[in-house]
Amino acid sequence: MAEKTIVITRFDPDKDQAPRKQEYKVPCEPDWKVLDAVNFIKDELDGSVSHRWSCRMAVCGSCGMMVNGQPKLTCKTSINDYGDRIDIEPLANFPVVRDLVVELDGFMHKFESVKPWIVRAKEKAADKAALHATKGTYTQSAEQLATFKQFSMCINCMLCYSACPVVANEPEFLGPAAIALGHRYNMDSRDEGKAERNAIFRGEGTVFSCSYANECSEVCPKNVDPAAAVNQAKFEAVIDWAKNLVLPRGGA
Amino acid sequence: MNVFRHDIVIVGGGGAGIRAAIEAAENHPNASIALVSKVYPMRSHTVSAEGGAAAVARDDDNLELHGFDTVKGSDFLGDQDAIVYFVEQAPKELALLENWGCPFSRNEDGTVATRAFGGMTTKRTWYAADKIGFHMLHALFQHSMRFKNIVRYDEYFVSKLLVDGGACRGVAALDIRTGEYNAILGRGVILTTGGGGKIFPFTTNGTIKTADGMALAYRAGVPLKDMEFVQYHPTGLPGTGILITEATRGEGGYLRNNKGERFLVDYDYGVGKKAELGPRDMISRAIVQEIEAGRGFSGPYGAYVHLDLTHLGADVINFKLPFVRELAKTYVGVDPVTTPIPIRPVVHYMMGGVDTDIHGATILPGLYAAGEVACVSINGANRLGSNSLTECLVFGAAAARHAMTYSKGSSSGNEAAVIAECEEEAGRVANLRGRKKGGEKISAIRRELNQVMEDSCGVYREQVSMQAGVIATAQLRGRVADLRLEDESKVFNTEVITALELQNMVEVAETLAVSAAHRKESRGAHTCKDFKTRNDTDYLYHTMTYHDPAGPRLGKKDVVLGKWVPEERKY
Repeated sequence: MAEKTIVITRFDPDKDQAPRKQEYKVPCEPDWKVLDAVNFIKDELDGSVSHRWSCRMAVCGSCGMMVNGQPKLTCKTSINDYGDRIDIEPLANFPVVRDLVVELDGFMHKFESVKPWIVRAKEKAADKAALHATKGTYTQSAEQLATFKQFSMCINCMLCYSACPVVANEPEFLGPAAIALGHRYNMDSRDEGKAERNAIFRGEGTVFSCSYANECSEVCPKNVDPAAAVNQAKFEAVIDWAKNLVLPRGGA
Repeated sequence: MNVFRHDIVIVGGGGAGIRAAIEAAENHPNASIALVSKVYPMRSHTVSAEGGAAAVARDDDNLELHGFDTVKGSDFLGDQDAIVYFVEQAPKELALLENWGCPFSRNEDGTVATRAFGGMTTKRTWYAADKIGFHMLHALFQHSMRFKNIVRYDEYFVSKLLVDGGACRGVAALDIRTGEYNAILGRGVILTTGGGGKIFPFTTNGTIKTADGMALAYRAGVPLKDMEFVQYHPTGLPGTGILITEATRGEGGYLRNNKGERFLVDYDYGVGKKAELGPRDMISRAIVQEIEAGRGFSGPYGAYVHLDLTHLGADVINFKLPFVRELAKTYVGVDPVTTPIPIRPVVHYMMGGVDTDIHGATILPGLYAAGEVACVSINGANRLGSNSLTECLVFGAAAARHAMTYSKGSSSGNEAAVIAECEEEAGRVANLRGRKKGGEKISAIRRELNQVMEDSCGVYREQVSMQAGVIATAQLRGRVADLRLEDESKVFNTEVITALELQNMVEVAETLAVSAAHRKESRGAHTCKDFKTRNDTDYLYHTMTYHDPAGPRLGKKDVVLGKWVPEERKY
């Protein structure tokens, strides 16, 4: 057990004019994650600290925070990666609701704007012909699955938005996770909504705003590689646009 | 206080809740569907499911087999009408999930692949590597976004069902961000809030799994059913309790003791040739017995045995079990490609829950429940792995259909009375904020509750400890009404939420202890040292617990039998 000084950035809009730092001495076990230290503070030292967490197994995406200035999924980040003093702040580039809790409204809006669902030209009964006669499912080869599987692994932890230099300057930027999500559906063999999403991607503040910083992929705790998704999406959006010029209606 | 009006209100944004919302929204485009959740839906605990979802898919399989496996797995306490309906609906529901974009793993011909799972006769568990829950939840949530008539209330905590004139009229919900109360009204409420694994100290469940929906229904006079049946998953990581999926064994993994023996093969634990693919209750008992026989390993977080995947090879592990590899490396520092994973049984799932009929309806008109919060019961005394995600889909959809029908034929009741009830609830919860006069800290009572439940309602249970659990939980119920809170802020006051959750857990824990102590037999996951065998003569019924100021009042409900006659459960 080693005592560490955990410094949490506090902000309560009911009381505080501006964020302030508060220090806590925490007896840390060597196998703890950073989240364990924050939970210890909440349970034993100061019940007024607010943060989000749930699964503590790196899949629900709730517990992203800035740890010594870097966006981290705190349930996956070992406390021993740090020295005696650890600074914990709310995720950068998001409005703060309270303490370590940030606002998701903007993120959710971006997320929904890319139509993250399977779009079919013919919906409902007429579309049944595309399904396996007895099983009612689409067939999809392992290769087809592989084209988008990685981009379907995003847990919406939003670390990439905190790391992205474009989001920092241009809060309306669609951003890495939402672009990766739209691209995920574009690449899915079951989907027919590519043209609609590419039209979105050609709009302002989307894929062409990306500055190739690659920070998003470096901080991603699930190796989704959103930077690759953004690059592929740019390419696809341009090709789609060019096809439309040469062959109206995308050559369909 | 705000008042919002919808056709139906769904509480809980996991697999069952979102499936219910989609079913209602798609078939009733003019209806307004409220989806209320204490977390953003993609954080719901469905996200943590790993192994897969069961439905008949292969030519060598059929509904009869899935039905019987489920009945036998339930130790004959499952209702056979519900199980027949469940297995019939299952393939259609999973096909819909596929159509909606879930990235299922595939066979070479491009059809959906299936894998072996505990207690299942053949391969019928559909999977997406080892993250089916994550992919199912995200596919459902993303698909739900196309329906503009689903109105989400993200990060709203429901603390009371609003009941008037003998029917459920809506919910009282705290907007966590603002601290304001809202009356969210509907002519039909569906609870889809999951289970309450956090009642126990060592669980696979996330911190949000606090039995909220069970407590809401119970306080509203709806009985909880079969609460004594708590599933211990055989393979959790020591210390954290993080789930290591049964798919590890479905793909050929072995359990080994400290002599390197495959104890499920070398000793008689009743699982026969199924060995590692026996049902969860039996394998959890076998692990405990191995440890008690001195054939376990000792570690800082208690004794454990080994889950050995080393013979599967890196390719199989990377392709089919990549998340298991990530979890083992991150949380116990073990690479399963080269080294066995330390594991021990861990609280995973509650077979019991809000008593519903086959359509998800409770005895309170207008109130429905589906998913882990509910007890239909298809799971009886022991659930088979990979049935629960499918259950969320089948009964989420069924509850939505019936709630929508109900909503069209019912009135809104006396709205003024309902709103007054919500205002009273808002006052109660406001009094919790910064309640410095209170007696005890939340964390202290939670620790005590956890200890009581582990001591009284573990894998093996004894009359004397269960009786002690009954007394201790009753006493905790008194103490949890007098909590000490520090946080005075209205904005995102998670301390108030934690207090409400603890009150829910204590209330439900008492029903669990009372139900367990009353059942003087061993059936499924309820294993008594004092009564070692199943006793169909005296206990082939569902245990009901009804809310009473003096403590849970016991009752009985008949098991729906059918073509499968109870027999000795051996594999």
